[in-house]
Amino acid sequence: MDFIIQNILNALQWGSFYALIALGYTLVYGVLRLINFAHGDIFMVGAYISFFVAGFLLGPLAGLSPSIAFAVTVPLTMFLTSLVGVTLERIAYRPLRRKGAHRLYVVITALMCGLILEYSNLAVLGASRLKFPELIEKQIWNIGGITLTNLKVMVIFAAIVVFLFLQWVVTKTRIGMAMRGISYDKFAIPLMGIPIDTIIVFTFVLGSGFAGLAGLLFAMSYPVLEPFMGMLIGWKAFIAAVVGGIGDIKGAFVGGFLLGFIEVGVVTVFPSSYRDLFAFTILLLILWMKPTGLFGMPQSTKI
Amino acid sequence: MKRLSTALLISCLALALALPALAADTIKIGFNIPLTGAIPEVGEGSKNAAEIYLADINGAGGLEVGGKKYMLEFVYMDNESKPDSAVNAALKLINQEEVVAIIGPNSSQQAIPAGGTCNENRVPMISPWSTNPDTTKDRPWVFRAAFLDPFQGPVAANFAAKKYNAKTAAVIYDIDNDYSVGLAEAFKGAWETKGLGPVVAYETNGNKDQDFSAQLTTIIAAKPDFIFVPENYNQVALIIPQARDLGYKGPFMGGDAWGTPDLVKLCGEQCYGQFFSTHYAAAGATGATKVFIDRYMEKYGSEPADYAALTWDSIGLMVQGIQNAGKVESNPRKMRAAIRDGLAAIKSFDGITGSSKFDEQGDPIKCAVVVKISDEGKFIFEESVCPE
Repeated sequence: MDFIIQNILNALQWGSFYALIALGYTLVYGVLRLINFAHGDIFMVGAYISFFVAGFLLGPLAGLSPSIAFAVTVPLTMFLTSLVGVTLERIAYRPLRRKGAHRLYVVITALMCGLILEYSNLAVLGASRLKFPELIEKQIWNIGGITLTNLKVMVIFAAIVVFLFLQWVVTKTRIGMAMRGISYDKFAIPLMGIPIDTIIVFTFVLGSGFAGLAGLLFAMSYPVLEPFMGMLIGWKAFIAAVVGGIGDIKGAFVGGFLLGFIEVGVVTVFPSSYRDLFAFTILLLILWMKPTGLFGMPQSTKI
Repeated sequence: MKRLSTALLISCLALALALPALAADTIKIGFNIPLTGAIPEVGEGSKNAAEIYLADINGAGGLEVGGKKYMLEFVYMDNESKPDSAVNAALKLINQEEVVAIIGPNSSQQAIPAGGTCNENRVPMISPWSTNPDTTKDRPWVFRAAFLDPFQGPVAANFAAKKYNAKTAAVIYDIDNDYSVGLAEAFKGAWETKGLGPVVAYETNGNKDQDFSAQLTTIIAAKPDFIFVPENYNQVALIIPQARDLGYKGPFMGGDAWGTPDLVKLCGEQCYGQFFSTHYAAAGATGATKVFIDRYMEKYGSEPADYAALTWDSIGLMVQGIQNAGKVESNPRKMRAAIRDGLAAIKSFDGITGSSKFDEQGDPIKCAVVVKISDEGKFIFEESVCPE
């Protein structure tokens, strides 16, 4: 029993990262119908930004105590990472959108942007891995054979809060209404006096900001950073978002945790080489039965 | 006219190439080492060690073979840390420089193809650092100074049984990495033959994995006395902290892939106090090893790494092989065959990385060193573990 609960906690932590990244995919897709393949690399950039922010705050110039440094690192990382996302939108996606390019070209552009982020990181910082500093003092709690760390609880908590926040933004606020509006009809919406570019920038701020948060939490949980850390996890989170029903906030959240649970579950029973085979077979079966994903709806009513 | 000048040129070249071979009072040895590319520090260390050895021999008037003294000449050829360049470097050494023997390449990645070239061209070769069995397998002209990957399995098994009084063991290994798989299997076999207790968990992970919590939960639930982690240092730096987070308090052990300063950088205090097996340890060395380290430090200002020490021993082996040959032939082909026979005749050798005996594949049977990661993050000699 302990063993099962422990693995559920492991799966919750691992699934939280998928969920956090999948939320960013789904947000941008829901509004723009754009699969932002650079999103996994924005997550990577977020991790590196948090590395430098935390290193600076803990360093001799700022000299903050770890807990204060952490409290400052979270918003600063989210802010700087959202700038990266907005920059991508400004220099790569918006010009194409203005010229009325087919969505396929925008997706290819997104893939290229991801590669540019990876390789510019490799060129600037080199191939050697970085060690993320310890920001919060780790506490290990042992409750009846089950081991928890404060970090693990924080990660799971963050994923749930981010989900609830995004759900609230999209369904309950005026700007969320505008986002949904663009997703219905991006030609009619400007006629209603809604500034479409502002809404799109806001979407990228949200998606990239939370990718930055995911990067920070990931770097704290798995403190070895390398330029390609976002590639695989980004692709998998994208698949999770599709299985959940891309464009749907709830779908991304559930899809992320579903993938986390399948992966951890397979590894506890089989050798790790079966993990991706089983995970993606199960996801394929889900899509086979429900091609729009678990919470997906027909094209016109997404987000 | 043109043909005549070409013929003249060719005969001149032939003469020029033949001349060094005619000068029978020097013995020419080639070094196939990575002076540029991915691992230039390895080539640099090898060359540094070789220069000290060369100065020693030639400073004493040369190497005595069959009652006569011969000067040594070392030719350093860069293999750019690449397999194909290593083959080219070997061919250049053999055909242009007409060396009688080759030391290097260091890494298995380059030593396996270059070993094939040397074997086909019937030139004796010693790889200082390569631990993959394929380098010397079924190649009578190829030898090595380092132990083989599978040997580290029993080393870890014996050490852990003694040090931790362990009865049960667990293994986590990288199923995408041949080195890791081979070492994990060797360890499992060795542990089970000891008969102290079972390997209670035998878990795998992928090469790019970052989360090991599922595997570690299985391992910890099986309550092993220690965990064997034959993985690359970057994965070790994730596995050990995650196991601690999951409540594991026991010890870990690893193989020579742990032995880079980057392990301490990435893993930090969580890795302090753990042990791994490797070729040699600079800190805490005694005797001839210490003399070598001190001389190297004095000349180059840094501690010699394991490849430098193994290069030193490779040259020692080569010198012994030449002395066993008994005389120096002016024909390089005959000399190469004599050196090969001389090398094959070496039954045991005392080097600065320990003493070794040789098996029929040309592989040394030698002791490994178990190193402790100290509380300052240094690699400290703990003890040497020998094959039984």
